[in-house]
Amino acid sequence: MIKYTFDFIIVSLIALGLFIAWQRHQHTQIPFVSDEKKSVWLIEAKLEFEADKNKPVLASLSIPDQIPGYKRFFEQSASAGYGFNIVETDAQRRAQWSIREADSKQTLYYKVQATEDENSQNTEDTEVPSPGKDIIWTQVEELALQELLEKAISRSSDDVTLTRELIKLLSSESMKESTSLLLSNKKRVNVINSILHEAGVKSRIAMGLKLEDARRNQSLSPMIEVYSGKKWVLFNPVTAKENTKEELFLWHRGGALVEISGGSNANVTFSMVKQNIPALELAKTNFDDSAFGLFSVSSLPIEEQSIFKILLLLPMGALITVFMRLWIGIKTSGTFMPVLIAMAFLQTTLLPGLVTFVLIVAVGLLIRSYLSHLNLLLVSRIATTIIIVIFIILMSSIVGHSLGFNTGMTVAIFPIIILAWTIERMSILWEEDGAQEVLIQGGGSLFVASIAYLVMQSSIVGHLSFNFPEINLIVLAFMMLMGRYTGYRLSEFYRFRDFKAL
Amino acid sequence: MLPFISLKSLKENGILGMNARNVEFIGKYNKRSLYPLVDNKLKTKRLAQEAGISTPNLFFTISRQHDVAILQEKIEGLNAFVIKPSRGSGGKGILVITSRIDDKFVKANGDLISVDVLKRHVTNILAGLYSLGGNQDVAIFEDLIIADTLLKSYSYQGVPDIRIIIFRGYPVMAMLRLSTQLSDGKANLHQGAVGVGINLKTAKASYAVLKQSRVLVHPDTKNLLDQIEIANWRELLILASKCYDMTKLGYLGVDIVIDEKRGPMLLELNARPGLSIQVANSKGLLPRLREIEKIKKIDPVAENRVDFVLQQEWF
Repeated sequence: MIKYTFDFIIVSLIALGLFIAWQRHQHTQIPFVSDEKKSVWLIEAKLEFEADKNKPVLASLSIPDQIPGYKRFFEQSASAGYGFNIVETDAQRRAQWSIREADSKQTLYYKVQATEDENSQNTEDTEVPSPGKDIIWTQVEELALQELLEKAISRSSDDVTLTRELIKLLSSESMKESTSLLLSNKKRVNVINSILHEAGVKSRIAMGLKLEDARRNQSLSPMIEVYSGKKWVLFNPVTAKENTKEELFLWHRGGALVEISGGSNANVTFSMVKQNIPALELAKTNFDDSAFGLFSVSSLPIEEQSIFKILLLLPMGALITVFMRLWIGIKTSGTFMPVLIAMAFLQTTLLPGLVTFVLIVAVGLLIRSYLSHLNLLLVSRIATTIIIVIFIILMSSIVGHSLGFNTGMTVAIFPIIILAWTIERMSILWEEDGAQEVLIQGGGSLFVASIAYLVMQSSIVGHLSFNFPEINLIVLAFMMLMGRYTGYRLSEFYRFRDFKAL
Repeated sequence: MLPFISLKSLKENGILGMNARNVEFIGKYNKRSLYPLVDNKLKTKRLAQEAGISTPNLFFTISRQHDVAILQEKIEGLNAFVIKPSRGSGGKGILVITSRIDDKFVKANGDLISVDVLKRHVTNILAGLYSLGGNQDVAIFEDLIIADTLLKSYSYQGVPDIRIIIFRGYPVMAMLRLSTQLSDGKANLHQGAVGVGINLKTAKASYAVLKQSRVLVHPDTKNLLDQIEIANWRELLILASKCYDMTKLGYLGVDIVIDEKRGPMLLELNARPGLSIQVANSKGLLPRLREIEKIKKIDPVAENRVDFVLQQEWF
């Protein structure tokens, strides 16, 4: 009886998963293969503020108008109870929310979807104001400025190249004395902008968003725009690189980002997700009021979507781990540690992830072996290891940064507690079963993690798990089936190799 | 020639795989709630005493860090003893003291250690370093077993122990584990101990392995392994079989040692016995397990169950 119930559950899980996926495909036209699609950036601005008691609130947020390299085709606001309007003036577009009464913390959302579009140009008008006034220089600063400017002019041929040379000079070591004088206590973009104005170049400051998939809590970064005589050219104020469309999404220029009456402590953060939706069907998906429109991950705020994008991959990683342990028979340290490592790899990519992981665990083991002489109690020893791990990560980030690797962010993603436990377990394993066992289990964990990573990061798996979450029901069914597997593991064909054929 | 066995040979030999062991035997015959009886050596000891099965003498236990300070007074007058974690697994955390020289203690391998080392070891046990899941634990101080001279001569240091698999109360397979220099006096096969398959009917050695490969002599003592024959075999099997009545665990590994004076004693029980016993015997467990599964009503008397097995022809 139990046998039949089990089979029934498995069959219905698979059927249900396939059925819902097929229905979703039919209704929303989301293709099963990600290749057919165009990538769309969905950017969400989250405006938070404290509303004053019993006062009408009017909040306005500067929003993108013409974005070089991108085409805006859908925008939306999600804010319960608020009146919403988009006000367009010559200089800018603003989203306005209004409400008669509000209390305590308020959160307003503005979403915009944009596709990459090579034909989209920057604005052509030349008289767009720039936020902030030009800096008034002291006499000493004026001298340094002139020296810098002369050098930049001598190395350049027009306004665009002048800007590039100027930014380079500001970052260079050779002019350190005059640049540090100019830059002290001032914003870099303001300094560049003011110097350019001094030289009679048409320039302005623009605020842009760095586009990276599945990021949350991002903020705008300032850029310099220079008029070449034909068009506006965007510059990164630190690297002097001309902006290409992949790099920056121009959000606004001129005026304040947020204006609020009837509230205070305003704060704007941005989240973004790269979606793969066929451009043709996009509008349909967004306005679809069928059940699939409502019950899809895309209906969540982007901040949560970013979490689910990663979370929905976890079942696949777990399936790989189950397979590797039950069918292949690979020994890993900790049942699901490989999945957690693989999740970290998703952020760090494979090779840097492997190197940093091995490095941290190896250094941790060295220090841990000293700790075991100190005769500490277990709990305090693990807590000590956690702190040591944090310091190792800090050190490797600093060393990496000074060597020019941007490892800081990526290393911090490794779950620190998991690392500390790994080090603890490995060191006990080392003491009791020797280094060989450590290599077997550590290597096994990393191998399984790498395979899980390769599967999880493949575009087809990412696409299906995010757009068709019901596929995970099928994964679940397979996982349960594997739990009933009583056949031999691949490793056992080796383990029992000495048995004679009968 | 590839170092692999074919699926056909695995099946024909009736080899029990890890997945089948977990699902079809441990999962089916061992109730979760009974695990603490075997995972906790103190509980096992108490149960054994009630069932009239002899175990090594318990001197005292230490369960609080506070008591570690008075360890010196507690071991006053004890010359030879063994310290064990109550919930340890796979022989982890066992410290054997064979004698004293002045204020030093002599370990099984001849090393001299001070009382501070003993204290640190007990502290580690209490913190759960050796126990399943890293939970806090209790340190057990018990009598040192002096191995039967005949068996002792085969082993390098350490006490040889006999592992018997008891399925639904019936013994199905047995092996003798001899520690070696490689295994550092420990009796675990994967740590490099010699596993000697013992024929259930004749009590004689049938096969022996060291690190997966067949051996004929002990690597350290150089004694011929096929000469081994265990005395009082039927009594030993009955003792092991009784452990089923006492725990009700259907798939059980029973570890027995033979003391020079007190005879066979229960050392520990294991609810998840390993698969290496098949390699040591060069025989698969499955055919025997299947035969025992056919028995509808389990005989409540251990002696009858052992006699039943000894009369069978299927191994």
